[in-house]
Amino acid sequence: MDGMSLLTVTVLAVFVGFEVVSKVSSTLHTPLMSGANAIHGIILVGAIIVAGQAADPWVLAVALLAVVLATANLVGGFVVTDRMLHMFHARKETPAPKDPAGRRENPGPNGLPARGEGK
Amino acid sequence: MTVLDPVWTSLLYLTAAVFFILALRGLSSPRTARRGNLIGAFGALLAVVTVFFSARLENIPWIVGAIAVGTAVAAPVARRVKMTQMPQLVALFNGVGGGAAALVALLELSHTGDPWVRLAIVFTLLVGAVSFAGSGVTFAKLQELMTTRPLVFPGLPIVMAAVLLAAVGTGVAVVLTGSLPLAVLLMVLGLAAGALLVLPVGGADVPIVISLLNAFTGLAVAASGVVLGNVLLVVAGTLVGASGTILTRAMAAAMGRSVAGILFGAFKGGSTAGSTAMSERPVRSSSAEDVAVLLGYAQRVIIVPGYGLAVAQGQHTAAELALALEARGIEVDFAIHPVAGRMPGHMNVLLAEANVPYESLKEMGEINPEFRTADVALVVGANDVVNPAAKTSSGSPIYGMPILEVAEARQVIFLKRSMRPGFAGIENDLLYEPQTSLLFGDAKDSLAKVLGAVKAL
Repeated sequence: MDGMSLLTVTVLAVFVGFEVVSKVSSTLHTPLMSGANAIHGIILVGAIIVAGQAADPWVLAVALLAVVLATANLVGGFVVTDRMLHMFHARKETPAPKDPAGRRENPGPNGLPARGEGK
Repeated sequence: MTVLDPVWTSLLYLTAAVFFILALRGLSSPRTARRGNLIGAFGALLAVVTVFFSARLENIPWIVGAIAVGTAVAAPVARRVKMTQMPQLVALFNGVGGGAAALVALLELSHTGDPWVRLAIVFTLLVGAVSFAGSGVTFAKLQELMTTRPLVFPGLPIVMAAVLLAAVGTGVAVVLTGSLPLAVLLMVLGLAAGALLVLPVGGADVPIVISLLNAFTGLAVAASGVVLGNVLLVVAGTLVGASGTILTRAMAAAMGRSVAGILFGAFKGGSTAGSTAMSERPVRSSSAEDVAVLLGYAQRVIIVPGYGLAVAQGQHTAAELALALEARGIEVDFAIHPVAGRMPGHMNVLLAEANVPYESLKEMGEINPEFRTADVALVVGANDVVNPAAKTSSGSPIYGMPILEVAEARQVIFLKRSMRPGFAGIENDLLYEPQTSLLFGDAKDSLAKVLGAVKAL
């Protein structure tokens, strides 16, 4: 892609980035930061490209280190954000917090299969 | 492995980019937040699958193995971490992302002769390394592996300036020559700059720095997208850079600070340090039973949870106390300062974990007018966010920070560990007011004692 198109895309992305989060309530600041943190784990795509082109074993070693780090960022980021948000979610479904049985039902089964759907 | 037509690759990347935008938008509203995060995860999965078909890649077994290792390390940690320790985990994930971006840029250096691409490489190397080291120091501070107080030594500004000058010089040299050893040197300088940037930041300001470093990593990823000519990386990185900047400013504004003041305040003599002198004035110390009586016979109680509650892991006990009071027909609300806890919104997450109903969590603007109708304001492990000095004393380091106006309540009870001032290191005059009483001790222990006494009423 040529420089001018990249610049166009970048400038537009800046404005989209400003727009989508400008009205977020402070309640969601932490999950939002965590979710944005997970998104930049997409550097994994870059790390895979570099590792896939590596001919020299040292280059491959460094590239694979990048793959491990990027995966940790991406996977860990989405999982921890999901855990945070799950708590907001669980609360809505259990209006009577005195019922411990209803409380326990939510965390386990809900979180994991939902992520599995993506695969 | 078959290679997709480049048009298809581009379309799939575009789809992933749209998913990321929808993810951020979803995360901005409580009702759609969880779905937003899943959309983001799906977009990431789509992009990672696409890249395997985008070009003829070598070493695929190795790559898949590395992804498995990264997942095996990160997923269990993310699933098991305590909610109070989440900020340092986010810092850690952010740091490794920055490190990955820097490594990618380093390896691409030998593939290009274009000075503009080299400039993007230099930017990624430097910013990625700053983010990696800065996040590492932040992690150490939050995990209390090192002091949370600002760490300043004489000559720090000179060292910092020297490192930055050297980094700029090295960066120019890398753009001109494309030398790999110089690029490695640049990374080392970036690591030093990142550490020096965060060391002088005080504990209370650390969350803002995490957010800032998060935006930095986003920018590094965007620049690496320019290096690789990958639009998805450019869009995703820029989105995070832009939204992270907004978030950082919102957080700083909630504390009445400027981002520059936080980063460079310590250089100018330490606005975060403040005075730690303690006064000898008398305070009214009371027992758990006294506090229980005040609470149990009130009509309206507002609980102000703070950092101390989070550290003591007392959120569940606080929620139980609220339930016990509500069972007595008392109206109970939680007043949440935007920066209560260790990150903005962190207290909401902690109280949500303890099953406090959403309707009971009131944001500052909503609850402040209600303090004058409250019989008791119960301040648990908070100090700076209720310090009237932020409104009255213009010389104070926290002057201008919006506070919860607990002084308006008829009675104010502080559950505090000691008379030590809060993070900002400023004394709180409210502690000496006649309507204030104090119960000393660990927040969780004190709450448990008060809870027992309320139940015994």
